Amino acid sequence: MIEVRFAGFGGQGIIRSGLILGRAVSIFDEKFATMNQNFGPEARGGACSSQIVLSDTKILYPYVTRTDYLVAMSQDAYSTFEHELKDEGTLIIDVDLVRANSNKKTYDIPSTRMAEELGNKIIANVVMLGFFTAISKVVSKEAMEKSIRESVPGRFIDLNLRAFNKGYDWGDKKLSEDN
Amino acid sequence: MKADPKNVFTGSHYIDGDVACAYGAVAAGCKYLAGYPITPSTEAAEAFAVKAPYVGAQFIQMEDELGSIASVLGASWAGKKAMTITSGPGFSLMMETIGLGAATETPFVIINIQRAGPSTGVPTSTGQADMMQAKWGSHGDYEIIALAPESPQESFELTFKAFNLAERYRVPVMVMSDECVGHMAEKVVIPNAQELEVEPRRYFTGSKKDYKPFKRDKDLVPWMARAGAGYKLYLTGLTHGEDGRPIFDVKTFEMKSKSLRGSTNRYLVDKIRHNRDKIIKFEEHQTDDAEVVVVSYGISARVAIKAVKEARESGIKVGTLRLVTVWPFPEKRIEELAHQVKGFVVPEINYGQVVYEVDRCSQGRANVILVPHGGAAVHDSDDILGAIKQAATDHNPYDRILEYTTALEREVFGENMVSKI
Repeated sequence: MIEVRFAGFGGQGIIRSGLILGRAVSIFDEKFATMNQNFGPEARGGACSSQIVLSDTKILYPYVTRTDYLVAMSQDAYSTFEHELKDEGTLIIDVDLVRANSNKKTYDIPSTRMAEELGNKIIANVVMLGFFTAISKVVSKEAMEKSIRESVPGRFIDLNLRAFNKGYDWGDKKLSEDN
Repeated sequence: MKADPKNVFTGSHYIDGDVACAYGAVAAGCKYLAGYPITPSTEAAEAFAVKAPYVGAQFIQMEDELGSIASVLGASWAGKKAMTITSGPGFSLMMETIGLGAATETPFVIINIQRAGPSTGVPTSTGQADMMQAKWGSHGDYEIIALAPESPQESFELTFKAFNLAERYRVPVMVMSDECVGHMAEKVVIPNAQELEVEPRRYFTGSKKDYKPFKRDKDLVPWMARAGAGYKLYLTGLTHGEDGRPIFDVKTFEMKSKSLRGSTNRYLVDKIRHNRDKIIKFEEHQTDDAEVVVVSYGISARVAIKAVKEARESGIKVGTLRLVTVWPFPEKRIEELAHQVKGFVVPEINYGQVVYEVDRCSQGRANVILVPHGGAAVHDSDDILGAIKQAATDHNPYDRILEYTTALEREVFGENMVSKI
């Protein structure tokens, strides 16, 4: 069982990221995935997170307890959820938005800046998803691409896939630097 | 009657429980949703509204919950399958008109995505504390049917089933989901329309002068007529006879008249009680040799499975009974099990509701342990495991329901917290 938390501000596509990952795993990789959402009363700008539990069997407890992967898109998200990461867990951050000081394995990406370079910062979450996919390997790249096709409006599919691949390549590069 | 393929979104979806409720309603042929969107049920109304134009249905955002439920009753008598979607605060506001729906024997569905706490509570967190309100919330005697889904898949299936039950028994049916199931996305497989059996409205087909809106069939359920179809309809919240006109005579009020001219009051409860074996659905696992049975529903039943597995591994003979229909309650089965088991463990996200029914049916023959939860989260399965162990070792029947002290309570109040009930 693998527990993932995406966290950031409302409006950053945090819950959408959880949906895309969950859909990829359960529909296209044919495993089990639950996605639960937490948000405050604000429409935008409030603290927001999504919890995804991945498993080969039916999930009985749909919340994360000890996170394997924390994807933090805001400083607040980092400081709120860093402590629930397992010792051997992985922290993934947007390097421009989060200043991390963690003893956990950490990977960073300027996802929001990259999204802006692609023309729209709204796809920062998809850049991040590409990065997460490359680093974590908990879901296949093909499944994620299919899931993105199903999860975004038709005219934005190409842009989202470009964003995903940009993040994925960055992840590949980071991993090869590691080795 | 098979479902209309146009209404059935066949395929594998990754959607949350709220959306699954909306798709279940559309599949069942629901053509009218009136609601006042409220967290955590909003996604259901939203999903229905998105699909409505393509399936010839209507969503109306009403001025409040009072208007919502009233317009659902009206839509139902106008010939549409209708529902409303809400959460605790809205559910409370709807209570008066639910009574009118029960009294006029109007088929409709209410989806309650339960949140935590009384009043406004915690809008974005889960609870299961509206269960008794579902049964007793409106004044006077009546019976309703309530179902509790444990997953988005079951949110689809039970909402679909709720419409069938509403039509079959001319009764309000409640889908008592909760925020955890409602906001949890999971794979939902919607079958082909040919595999979905829809209960059509049971319209009276005889001559217009013979129609009486509360004249009972053998199963005690009366036949409907659509308002405006030329049949004489008289619907009132006042206690009425089979023609719908008010009755205040004590004899007819009290008795089930053999001539079937009696008032509806008795029938409002009897039509459900007499048909309960056909209505009640529950799932049992490993109860054959069980000395402890975990009785639960909705998300709590799902979380309990982890504890049950661990208890079995440690050698405790434990089984589960998951209530799919919470109301009517499976009294007979609990009573049978009470002869066999040492104890029942009842985890629910409240401080004791359905546990009282378990206790009532076990009639002192078995210990009954409540695993309480104040809401805003689901149970820690270790607490359920602890209660199972306690039920397996304690032989002497308790005087009353025992409330298990959870790890969180021990942490907050200390180890020596006194028994709470």
